[in-house]
Amino acid sequence: MPTHVSAPLSREQALALRAGETVLLSGTIFTARDAAHKRLCALLDAGEPLPIPLDGQVVYYAGPCPALPGDPIGACGPTTSSRMDAYAPRLLERGLRGMIGKGPRGEAVREAIARFGGVYFAATGGAGALIAGCVKEARVVAFPELGAEAIRALRVEKLPLIVAVDAAGGDLYAAGPAAYAAAP
Amino acid sequence: MREIDVALVEEAIRSLFLRACREVGPDVLACLRRAHEREESPFGREALRQILENDRIAAERGMPLCQDTGMAVVFLDVGQDVHFTGGDVGEAIDRGVYRAYRDGCFRASVLDPITRENTRDNTPAVVHTRIVPGDRVTLTAAPKGFGSENMSRLFMLTPSQGVQGVMEAVVETVRLAGGNPCPPVVVGVGVGGTAERAMELAKRSLLRDCGEPSQDEALARMERELLRRINALGIGPQGLGGRVTALAVHILKEPTHIAGLPVAVNMQCHAARHASAVL
Ligand code: SF4
Repeated sequence: MPTHVSAPLSREQALALRAGETVLLSGTIFTARDAAHKRLCALLDAGEPLPIPLDGQVVYYAGPCPALPGDPIGACGPTTSSRMDAYAPRLLERGLRGMIGKGPRGEAVREAIARFGGVYFAATGGAGALIAGCVKEARVVAFPELGAEAIRALRVEKLPLIVAVDAAGGDLYAAGPAAYAAAP
Repeated sequence: MREIDVALVEEAIRSLFLRACREVGPDVLACLRRAHEREESPFGREALRQILENDRIAAERGMPLCQDTGMAVVFLDVGQDVHFTGGDVGEAIDRGVYRAYRDGCFRASVLDPITRENTRDNTPAVVHTRIVPGDRVTLTAAPKGFGSENMSRLFMLTPSQGVQGVMEAVVETVRLAGGNPCPPVVVGVGVGGTAERAMELAKRSLLRDCGEPSQDEALARMERELLRRINALGIGPQGLGGRVTALAVHILKEPTHIAGLPVAVNMQCHAARHASAVL
């Protein structure tokens, strides 16, 4: 049975999640991908305030399509997370709790997840139409000039995810393939 | 000589991209269903279930199945007896692309590589043109997402590395890509030619119906063996572990130089989109 999780996410909730657990996430999450991460870290460098809160929040690595008429959002599956590895540890240090994306994370991110008490969820890559159905509201909250890469606040209901990296060092991207690899 | 108005090309390109971004072909769906039946890993089965459900929703609702509606790759075969009229055929293709991406609510994902400034209409298309006999024009729209495109690799092997070297290069590319290219993937392989021709062959091989073996018996054997070795890696759907990492391996070859053995690998995610029309 999937675990129901709400966003923002408390440290205790995040620490209790284990790699391989299936999750249905509800609440408010923020989209951010390459360009938005670059801007966020530039603001941190300059010592300026960020346009979104970080503490306890969950970011979703995604850049949606424009919405069909009447829909809150267009197709919005996850993008490849490793491109955000350069930025993620800094944001985790500032209180970011969760990340949603696709594909494995580097060692520095896994360490930061353990150190600061975070979690990384995998969403199904290429399931943009299915995931759009879980998004009930979407609004641009920062960097509108970035178009698809702007930061959007999404209100999601029962977004289907799998815990991929947990704060105890579990990593499904390592353990999963190892369990099915045939002996050479 | 047959005259073809470029307005027809524009219309065809528009409708091909609209179709390709919303629906994968029956060949891909059949491969995905077989993969779902065969997969043993619970995560892999769930991912495949979501993918099949996603593809159904997208086709029903007329929405893109993946938010990465890709760069607009076009394969254009022009009969040598064709004369295009009514304007510039390259511009007509770009207009068709721009109208498809606007009308379909597809994402504008194309930008200047240096300034990173978005062109805002997903143009220009990447067009591979061939002049062929006859008086027809064949157009194929193949929108390509970059989660998988970024995992492409080119190897300039030495002749001594031979078939074994080719096999190792392909398996290693898929292994390194892991969960990034949205497995299950179709692995496109181009062997021979020059560096750029090998890459083009790899991409062109992806246009074949998913899982249809090469006509060349030796290549078909290599495809089967590669598929077996790739699926033994255990990467699985979405890279979370499982039996089905690739749905198929497609190889195309062309003669190469006595001093070389180019091998290109172009990865195609499960959103294996392409649509063709003949004018
Ligand atoms: S790799 Fe393919 S399925 Fe995955 S996000 Fe990119 S285009 Fe979509």
